[in-house]
Amino acid sequence: MPSAIQCRDLRKTYDGKVEAVRGLSLEIQGGECFGLLGPNGAGKTTTIEILEGLLEPTAGEVTILGHTWHKNSREVREWLGISLQETRLSEKLTVRETIELFASFYREPRSAEEVLDDLQLGEKADSMVGKLSGGQRQRLAVATALVGNPRILFLDEPTTGLDPQSRRQLWDIIRSFQRAGGTVLLTTHYMDEAERLCDRLAIVDHGQVIAEGSPSDLIERLGGHHVVEFQTSGDSTDGAAHDRWRVLPGVESVRNDDGLVSLTVREPHLTIPALLDAVGQNGSQLLHLTTRQASLEDVFVNLTGRHLREQ
Amino acid sequence: MSLAQETPTTPARGRALRNGRWSAFTHLVVVRMKELKREPEVVFWVFGFPLLLALGLGIAFRNKPANVTSIAVVDGPGSRYVLSLLERSPQKSSIRAEVLDKSAALKGFRLGKYDLVVEPDSKGGFQYLYDPARPESVLSRAEVDDALQVSAGRTDPLPTSAIVSDEPGSRYIDFLIPGLIGMNLMNSGMWSIGFALVDMRQRKLLKRFVATPMRRSDFLLALASGRLVLMVIEVGLLLGFGALVFHIRVPGSLLSILLLSAIGAVGFAGLGLLTASRAQKIESVSGLINLIMMPMWIFSGVFFSYERFPAAIHPFIKALPLTALNDALRATILEGASLTSQAGRLLVLLLWGGISFALALRWFRWT
Repeated sequence: MPSAIQCRDLRKTYDGKVEAVRGLSLEIQGGECFGLLGPNGAGKTTTIEILEGLLEPTAGEVTILGHTWHKNSREVREWLGISLQETRLSEKLTVRETIELFASFYREPRSAEEVLDDLQLGEKADSMVGKLSGGQRQRLAVATALVGNPRILFLDEPTTGLDPQSRRQLWDIIRSFQRAGGTVLLTTHYMDEAERLCDRLAIVDHGQVIAEGSPSDLIERLGGHHVVEFQTSGDSTDGAAHDRWRVLPGVESVRNDDGLVSLTVREPHLTIPALLDAVGQNGSQLLHLTTRQASLEDVFVNLTGRHLREQ
Repeated sequence: MSLAQETPTTPARGRALRNGRWSAFTHLVVVRMKELKREPEVVFWVFGFPLLLALGLGIAFRNKPANVTSIAVVDGPGSRYVLSLLERSPQKSSIRAEVLDKSAALKGFRLGKYDLVVEPDSKGGFQYLYDPARPESVLSRAEVDDALQVSAGRTDPLPTSAIVSDEPGSRYIDFLIPGLIGMNLMNSGMWSIGFALVDMRQRKLLKRFVATPMRRSDFLLALASGRLVLMVIEVGLLLGFGALVFHIRVPGSLLSILLLSAIGAVGFAGLGLLTASRAQKIESVSGLINLIMMPMWIFSGVFFSYERFPAAIHPFIKALPLTALNDALRATILEGASLTSQAGRLLVLLLWGGISFALALRWFRWT
C-alpha cells in the first residue's frame, strides 16, 4: 500500500532567486491528519500547491497514492479534494448551484444534498454566495472539496480569519472526514489547531522541515512538559543569571524574552522552590511568576528563537 | 447549537452518483447563463444599449420629410423680387426664405440656422454668400440659383426628370443596423470572454477549477457556447428591432446571417481569450480591450463608411476583423448575398479568430 502523499527533496525557486521551498521531504500515510505548521512566508502554501499539482517544483518528486503528477493527472484529481487559501467563488450563484457545479466535474461525486447536510449549509442552500458570512463561505469552500468524494483532503489555512465557533465547526468536519477513512493535509499557523487536529505535523520554517512528529512527541522532545515564566527586580537576564537558572533542578532550557525568563521544566514542584531560593539569595524580588503546560508554540520558539506570529 | 461531531461524513463510495462525459460542460454553460442573467448591468450593456443606440441614431438621421433648405434674404430694394421669384419656382416647397437685415442674416448663417444668404446687388442681380465646406450650403446655393434662374425665364436645353428614393435598403438606418450588429458581436465577445476570465483568475477561481478533474477544453468550450447562445439573442433583437421600428427589409437568409454572426462571435471570443491570456488584474485587461477595439470603432465602418478614409489605407482597414464582419453582414443582410460570395471576408475573420486562439492556448495562465 503506497503512502497517501510522499515527496522527496522538493525545491521551488521563483524567478531564479527567491527560494520558497528548500529541500523538503514528507511522507503521509492513509488515514492520517497531517499538518504543516509554520509562520507566514515559511513556504507552506508553495509546498501544498506543489503537492496538489498546481505548481511545478524546481526540483524534487511528488507521488499521490503511488502516482506522479506527470502521468494520469486527471485520474489523480478524482481522488483529491482541495480548498485553496483564498478562492472567491461566484457571488451570483446559490450555495447549492456552486456545490452542484463542482460535483459535475467528478466522475462519481456525492449528492449535493448530503454534503449540504454534513456541512450544515442546508438552510443556506438557496442563498447567493455573496450573502454568506466568512464562516459559511469557508464551509462552502470545504464543501466544494468534499463533494467529489475524495480520498485525500488538502486544506490551506482553512480557519484563518474565522471566529472561534466557525473554527470549531470546521474542525469537526475535518475530524469526521478522517473518521470515515480519509487522509487530510492542512497548513496552519495556529498552534492550537495543529495540536488538536493533527496526528502528526511538520514544523516548517524558511522552506525546510525543522521538526516532525506527533504534537505530544514534539513537546516531549523539548525535555519538559511545563513552562515556568517569571520576572525579577534587577537584572535577571544577563549571562550569569542565565547560568544560575540553567542549573536549577529539573530545568531543560532557559529563554528570555525582554526581561521575562521562561524555563522549560520537567518537574515544576522541584524547580519552583529552588527558584524562589535562588531569587532570595541574589537579593532580588519576584515581580511575576506563572506556570503552564508547554505548547507547540514553545517548540517553535525553542527551535527558531522566534514566535509563530512574528514576521 | 449542535455541532457536527455526531454527523459523520460517511464515505458515500457505495451510493455515489455517476456523471456522464458532458456533465461538466453542461453545468458550466448553465451556470454561465445564470450568472449573466443575474447581472442587470450586463443585460443592459449587451442587449439594451445597442437597441437604444439604434433608436437614437435612427431618429437623428431619419430622412427629413422634404429636404428643406433655410436661406436668409438681406432686406433691401430687391428682397421682395427674390421672394416672388422663389414663390413661382418649381422648388418653392423645398426653400424657406426669411427677410432680415444684413447683420442678423450673417449671424444666423454663422450659427448654421441658414444655409445661404442672398443679397440683391445694385445692378439688379444677386450675390450668394455660402460656405464651400458645408455640403448643405453648397447644395442650397445650387438649388436657389436654379430656382431663381428658372423663375426669371431660363429655359433648359435638355429635358430631365428625377425620382426621389426613400426606399428601405438605402437609408442611413439600413447602413447602421448591420454595423451595430457587428460592433455588438465584437464588444460582447471581447468583454464577456476577456473580462470574465481575468476576473476569475483574479479571484483564484480558475486555479480552483483546474484543481478538479474538470477538462480545460470543456471549460473553454462552455465559454464559447455561452457566447453563441447570447449571439442568437443579440442578433435577433437588433434585426427584429430594425424590422419592426424602421421597417428594414432583410432579403438575406436568416441561416446565413446567423452562421456569419456565429463565425464573428467565435472569432472575437478568440481575440478576447488572447487578451485575457496573461493579465492578472481587471484594470489591465480593460485597458487592453479598449485599445484593441477603439481603432475598429473608428475605421471599420460601424457608423459611417470607411470609404471616407484615404484609399491608401483601405487595405489595412479591410484586414481588420470588424471591417470584414461588417462588410459581410451588410452584404448578407441588405443584399441577400450568399456566404460563398463572402469567402474572402470569412477568411479574414477565421484567420483572426484561429491565430488568436492558437496563441492564447500557448500563453494562457490558469493560475
